[in-house]
Amino acid sequence: MNEPLWEVFVRPRRGLSHTHVGSLHAPDARMALRHARDLYTRRQEGVSIWVVPASEITASSPDEKDSFFDPAGDKIYRHPTFYELPEGVEHL
Amino acid sequence: MHLTGKFCNTEGVDTPAVKGADGLLGEVERAEAALRAAADRAGAGSFEAVIEADQKIEPRDVMPEDYRKGLIRQIAQHAHSEIIGMQPEGNWITRAPSLRRKAILLAKVQDEAGHGLYLYAAAETLGVTREELTEALLSGRQKYSSIFNYPTLTWADMGAIGWLVDGAAIVNQVPLCRCSYGPYARAMIRICKEESFHQRQGYQSLYVLANGSPEQRRMAQDAVNRWWYPSLAMFGPPDSESTHSAQSMAWKIKRFSNDELRQRFVDMCVPQADILGLTLPDPDLKWNEQRGHYDFTPPDFDELMRVVKGDGPCNRQRMAHRRRAHDEGAWVREAAAAYAAKGKTA
Ligand SMILES: [Fe+2]
Ligand SMILES: [Fe+2]
Repeated sequence: MNEPLWEVFVRPRRGLSHTHVGSLHAPDARMALRHARDLYTRRQEGVSIWVVPASEITASSPDEKDSFFDPAGDKIYRHPTFYELPEGVEHL
Repeated sequence: MHLTGKFCNTEGVDTPAVKGADGLLGEVERAEAALRAAADRAGAGSFEAVIEADQKIEPRDVMPEDYRKGLIRQIAQHAHSEIIGMQPEGNWITRAPSLRRKAILLAKVQDEAGHGLYLYAAAETLGVTREELTEALLSGRQKYSSIFNYPTLTWADMGAIGWLVDGAAIVNQVPLCRCSYGPYARAMIRICKEESFHQRQGYQSLYVLANGSPEQRRMAQDAVNRWWYPSLAMFGPPDSESTHSAQSMAWKIKRFSNDELRQRFVDMCVPQADILGLTLPDPDLKWNEQRGHYDFTPPDFDELMRVVKGDGPCNRQRMAHRRRAHDEGAWVREAAAAYAAKGKTA
């Protein structure tokens, strides 16, 4: 039995976005949803579930972590704290 | 220098009780906390009950058709504004006076592109496609904020835009962090957190000019003179003529009226202008003890309507540029699609 792997995302409560909780094996999307319900929401951990074939997920490579995220490293001017403001200015 | 979390702020926008506690980011964080708190309360059920309980409507929920359509219209117009809004500032990237200013301006324009994309994605959760949204912008069927139809004549405009235009946008957007539609509210929380640098860099840039040579000072004052009234017009028509407001409020999409937000913006700007040493171009601007607000001259709403209808200084230029950029990018999209198709067959 070589069932595909599915990544499971659960929306914990209304108003929050779906977050990754884990994965499971299932023959198809419908079964993956049912399994995900039984596996990850037995205590009402969620109000909505997404299952995504793990093979459909493209991930950044851990080896490239440094060079991949490097470009943002020296751009401290993207943060508001980079800008010194005159004494006394408010609401800014 | 105090950088104690007093970011560009619309403090008091939603919770007047915490006045002075912190800034925009504080307000955004409170919206995020409220979103979580509402999520923790027991599930509400029907559309009306969810709205009533200040919880969020999510994409697959049943919702009135007018709610869905109205949100698509609003989010799309918002997204188009972010995209078109890159042009007035993009105009100055190659002419920034220093590498530092260039990097900052580039980072800001990149952020605006990102905001457009977050918002298009939020609109798509309501069942509209990206192609439809792009078409609606390019054909002129849907509008974008009329502020971007004004030209950027000098470098000081970069400062004035950051301070006033992003400032006004923030006052408008912070309450949207509490909008009843989940994907829109979450996109707005993300956007507002990023906006905090836009207003600051503009203010700081204007401060440098205002304290520079007489010529730089004149340039800063001239930019503020030109951007003040168009910024006030960003809040839309006066409440007496606003068409979508009542329903929008009932559905908790909108939380404050156009005139309330405009007043809030004016009240914030006056002391900020003082510190800059620049004058806001309104001889009738004065503190009204009784109201606890500044009295001010409203923007010319006839002009706003003319600009919305297509007759502003740069409408044609902005649309022509967007269409050209879209057409000239066609080969990139085609090449990427061809490459992806090749990958599939290989
Ligand atoms: Fe933006
Ligand atoms: Fe911005």
